[in-house]
Amino acid sequence: MIEQRKSARAFPHIILWLAILIILFPIYFVFVASTRTSAEILSAPMPIYPGTHLIENYGRALSEGAKNLGASAMTMMKNSFIMAMGIAVGKITISLLAAFAIVFFNFPGRKFCFWAIFITLMLPVEVRIMPTYKVISDLGMLNSYTGLILPMIVSATAVFLFRQFFMAVPREIAEASQIDGASSMQFFRSILVPMTRTPIAAMFVIQFIYGWNQYLWPLLITTKQEYYTLLIGINRMLSGADVVIEWQIVMATVLLALIPPVIVVVVMQKQFIAGMTDTEK
Amino acid sequence: MAKQYEFPSKGLPYLLVLPQMVIVFMFFFWPSAQAIWQSFFLQDPFGGRVIFVGFENYTKLFGDPDYWASFRVSVLFALAITVSSMSISLFLAIQTNKKIRFDSFYKTMMIWPYAVATMVAGVLWLFMFNPNVGIIAWLLKYKMGVDWNHLLKADQAFLLLTIASSWKQIAYNFVFFLAGLQGVPLPLVEAAAMDGAGPVKRFWRIIFPMLSPTTFYLLVMNLVYGFFETFPIVHQVTAGGPGKATQILVYKVWRDGVINLDLGGSSAQSVILMIMVIGLTVVQFRFIERKVTY
Repeated sequence: MIEQRKSARAFPHIILWLAILIILFPIYFVFVASTRTSAEILSAPMPIYPGTHLIENYGRALSEGAKNLGASAMTMMKNSFIMAMGIAVGKITISLLAAFAIVFFNFPGRKFCFWAIFITLMLPVEVRIMPTYKVISDLGMLNSYTGLILPMIVSATAVFLFRQFFMAVPREIAEASQIDGASSMQFFRSILVPMTRTPIAAMFVIQFIYGWNQYLWPLLITTKQEYYTLLIGINRMLSGADVVIEWQIVMATVLLALIPPVIVVVVMQKQFIAGMTDTEK
Repeated sequence: MAKQYEFPSKGLPYLLVLPQMVIVFMFFFWPSAQAIWQSFFLQDPFGGRVIFVGFENYTKLFGDPDYWASFRVSVLFALAITVSSMSISLFLAIQTNKKIRFDSFYKTMMIWPYAVATMVAGVLWLFMFNPNVGIIAWLLKYKMGVDWNHLLKADQAFLLLTIASSWKQIAYNFVFFLAGLQGVPLPLVEAAAMDGAGPVKRFWRIIFPMLSPTTFYLLVMNLVYGFFETFPIVHQVTAGGPGKATQILVYKVWRDGVINLDLGGSSAQSVILMIMVIGLTVVQFRFIERKVTY
């Protein structure tokens, strides 16, 4: 066995607790700020324990938002949710279909499709901002959910993960279902997809978070308040030129933007870790 | 390999890949081709005339000290994030992997920041370091005599961006390092211990080499993160400032294209970034094929 001194046994706990405190440090003060009044925050240093305005601040954030914003956190949460769900479900759907075609059918152009999808792995949206913006604007999709979702749903990683999984499925199952008179789509729907539920769940966690946390794309294409996502709202509240920043409302909105994806990761931790280490390697 | 069973169908597979292919072409190949095409033209921002200028957008870029400054700060930034977040994550993963009590609790507490948006991570730390209301800025100023104002001081702006970006990235690295560490066979480590190798030696001689595929993968992913995915933090926290001190390349593409409406120049920058991403990806795949060492 590996030697263990008493002091050595406490060491990892001390280090990890220190790390936890540092990781939680900003969250705590953001929470404190979201329970205080604007004046209390501006009288720096702000008190270091929570105040009494929690309900008031969150209520205002959710129902109307900061004065200079014109969008409530409720609306923005709805938009973030629609975007995240649209991206996650859209990605999974089209990737399942594509992977199904690539693995279970032999057709001219199969290789080409595979490589065309593969190469998108290399090009993050950051490097082709302007032309992608132009495509969406030519299609009249600025300020729309379709515009927010559609360009984000290509996913080489999802296609790969499903392809890998499908390749391990015994072909006898497919053959047997054909002999029993099931069509290929029936096989897909009632046998293959149910078999794939673990990787689908893993993909869902990762893509939901990816969608919820999109920033650059909505920043470009949402100019109307009714399509702001939470992150865009936070940005606008902080960058209003000649207004005093209402920190307490901003910080309440920050926590509202932060909590849903964190819950998803914590609750679905197992799927999340499996999804990360399977796809990205 | 034996011939695999395949479904007999002519049209169906095309129908199945169609949605993916349409989107790939509309939002990847077409815009990328457009970027390349536009990088050879000079366009007046109001959509009027378009003049073919060959490589002029590129030569102008390479002759522009602003561009090189941006390049330099991007490299430094990506390196700062990579080194700090990877070393901290590895250290924490090692502590968590010591078969201690509550390790699944610790794991959860390390992992959750992955779910925090890059932009939100920026806002969290911006609030801590805001010169007017930030608690850390206050502590620095009144308790430690450091006049913190990242809106005026370039090195402080850089530091703040690095802290916020690394804070978020630690979770990602932690997941991979912990998975990697759990893959190191324990008998090997125990054998080394019996042969008298101390913990430090064991780490550098046995564990670290076995982690090298993970480390290399993360190295590339962290550089990509630092280079390309930190736009939200820069946009929110410093807006490339003070002056242009923290204007990283992706921020400059955005500013030149969206704000300054210099389509040709912005496209030329996009093309250079694409080449960099492709380069990084190719390097990564070649190394993964070779599995790095051992």
